[in-house]
Amino acid sequence: MTKATQTVHEPLLRIAKRDGIPFGKKVLIRAVAILLALVVDALFIFFVTGLNPLSVYGVMYQGTFATPVRFSWALRDLATLLCVGIALAPAFKMRFWNIGAEGQVLIGGMATALTMVYLGSSLPAPLLFVAMFAASVVAGALWGFIPAWFKSRWNTNETLFTLMMNYVATSIVACLTNIMRGQASSLGTLNKATKAGWFPVLFGQRYTINIIVVLVLTFAMYAYLKYSKHGYEIAVVGESENTARYAGINVRRVMIRTMIISGAICGLCGFLIVAGKDQTISTTSAGGRGFTAIIVAWLAKFNTFYMALISFLLVFLERGASEIASAYSLNEYAADIITGVILFFILGSEFFINYRVVRRGETHKEGK
Amino acid sequence: MKKVLGILMAAVMAFSLAACGSTGSESTGSTSEGSQTAEAASTSDIKIGAILVGDETEGYSAAHINGIKEALSNLGLTEDNVIWKYKVAEDSACMDAAEDLVGQGCDIIFANSYGHQTYMVEAAEKYPDVTFVSMTGDFAALTGLDNFKNAFTKIYESRYVSGVVAGMKLQELVESGELTTETQPDSFDADGNIKIGYVGAYNYAEVVSGYTAFFLGVRSVMPNVVMEVMYTNSWFDIDKEGAAAEALIANGCVIIGQHADSTGAPAATEKMLGTGRICYSIGYNIDMLDTAPNAALTSATNVWGVYYTEAIQAAMNGEEVPVDWAKGYEDGAVAITTLGSSCAEGTAEKVAEVEAALKDGSLKVFDTSTFTVDGQTVTSAPIDLTFYDYSTGSPVALYQGETKEAITDGSFSESTLRSAPYFALRIDGITEDAEPVA
Repeated sequence: MTKATQTVHEPLLRIAKRDGIPFGKKVLIRAVAILLALVVDALFIFFVTGLNPLSVYGVMYQGTFATPVRFSWALRDLATLLCVGIALAPAFKMRFWNIGAEGQVLIGGMATALTMVYLGSSLPAPLLFVAMFAASVVAGALWGFIPAWFKSRWNTNETLFTLMMNYVATSIVACLTNIMRGQASSLGTLNKATKAGWFPVLFGQRYTINIIVVLVLTFAMYAYLKYSKHGYEIAVVGESENTARYAGINVRRVMIRTMIISGAICGLCGFLIVAGKDQTISTTSAGGRGFTAIIVAWLAKFNTFYMALISFLLVFLERGASEIASAYSLNEYAADIITGVILFFILGSEFFINYRVVRRGETHKEGK
Repeated sequence: MKKVLGILMAAVMAFSLAACGSTGSESTGSTSEGSQTAEAASTSDIKIGAILVGDETEGYSAAHINGIKEALSNLGLTEDNVIWKYKVAEDSACMDAAEDLVGQGCDIIFANSYGHQTYMVEAAEKYPDVTFVSMTGDFAALTGLDNFKNAFTKIYESRYVSGVVAGMKLQELVESGELTTETQPDSFDADGNIKIGYVGAYNYAEVVSGYTAFFLGVRSVMPNVVMEVMYTNSWFDIDKEGAAAEALIANGCVIIGQHADSTGAPAATEKMLGTGRICYSIGYNIDMLDTAPNAALTSATNVWGVYYTEAIQAAMNGEEVPVDWAKGYEDGAVAITTLGSSCAEGTAEKVAEVEAALKDGSLKVFDTSTFTVDGQTVTSAPIDLTFYDYSTGSPVALYQGETKEAITDGSFSESTLRSAPYFALRIDGITEDAEPVA
């Protein structure tokens, strides 16, 4: 056999990092991604379910926009998801992989639930809310502090540590709710008779307060990360710990402080869920938002306003999926495929925003 | 350039292949929608809302979906008359679903999980013109709302019958000499009683009522049995249910009954049977023969269609939907599934005989002459119907109810004071494990 003699073989397609990309092109790539997703979905809908794709998209849209009350539920769900995203932003910006938001939310919710049940009849309403707020924030902060402290002391792996803390929190909630349900098979709403610790109804809905609180947090966290000294320290630690040390930043302190803030806001989210939304607590109260929020925070590059947009998109897809399932008595898995495809393309478009595909022979400029 | 074209061509071909492939499978994939396109016009404009804790992939909700569909065909209605809400959690999602269904014009709304009820009652207070039914709930009659209802089958009757099936199997195993103190010594306690087991979801009245009925059914055939109950603290957990069944079998149990919704226990029993262990399974809700073709004897099941037909018909005619509906064998609202091939000879005849006796009322499941509590025959069982909030550790009455005597004419009358079960006596011969399965 003769050996094929070849010099440097250049592949047909190659991936190169982009230098930077104008805003218009970014928007264009995203629009194309969504369009492609809709086309692929249309194929799936038509060939697998035999439905008309356009009417399915119509139903999907109605999941959020059909009635004012549905829209208000979407805002409520957006607020919950965004709240966790806001909590995660400082930690991730610091390159501290806090994947324990689920547990931090749950433990905050559990602290809220215990406070409202045990102090509900003895404290006047304003004091009770203060107590619930404080309990949730302290519990969440503690859940954030523990892995941060271990990391700063012994350099433990925070990804594993925060992940494991989720299971601890879930087990604690499972245990306590099992005690609290007594002789019933499920816990039901807490303080049903007195409604103590339930947020008051504002503008027709109990969760109006949730939306207001998260709105304030959105601005506050944006300012904190962008304009405060703390925010600057977080950014520097995230870029390079050595640089931070060289600049005289106390990395250990920044790490612990940031995780306390991250955990505390997660705990606060638990408070909002229990007092403003569910009026109960269960192991599924956080509903996976602790993980979904990671996508929210990352995609938005920690800009809280972009985070609101992405949260809205995710909530829109989720509500659309369950509306599709309901309207066509389709299995929810089929509806999840439809929204999954859209999400896949949107995440995929980030790749084409950051990288470009170079064909063989094409002159190329490499980015850094 | 040629190569690029080649790739493009390949992509197009792959796409068209995928498209053809899926058109081929369309006929099977769209069976659930098929009914929608083929159906005739409905005879009524009633709107029914169905709030389901799961979907058709989960046995408990599947039984409810089938029940509603059965009611539709009985009443000349179509799927257009129903709006389904799948996978609705027992939290504010239930309230959302209820409000949304009201907004879509539903006249009657069913929620199928126990934990939905505290949200359903709120919806009922808010929308007095719509009827809300909390299936398996236990306080509708106490709320004073005339648009809030409960319903439950007398499932304990079919559990009793499934116990008879298990008892027949035990009898056969003992009489054939297959199960003796020599062949499987750990299946007998110190007094020579045969051990059987039960995988329960939660430690509360509904489950206690069910396992007691099952146990009494077994004992009506085989008097010398003792039962161990292990809890999973979950309605649906395939791993825990499997683990509980394995633990019970390891403790010597020969029959594994269940009050939990997955196929975990029958699957584990089938596996153990395959290793040469003598053990058989009695399922719940659905036929377990697919999961455990050799180990499954039968399953106790609800026939929800009987209730849904009655309730929806009442709503269509503008009549009152019963506030506490509970029916059993007499009305065909409960049943056992097809007997497995492992069942003892003569089981079908025995089952028919017991079912007939339950129907005509000559056989009472909780006949006080058939069981004792702490060695004593039970003569009085006051039942407090109040709905309590236990969360603070001391019960707080949410809806005050009366305390009524459940023992009448020498038997404990279950599901007559209200539809949800309330038999919570711990009878002799059954031990509950203190710790749930890990």
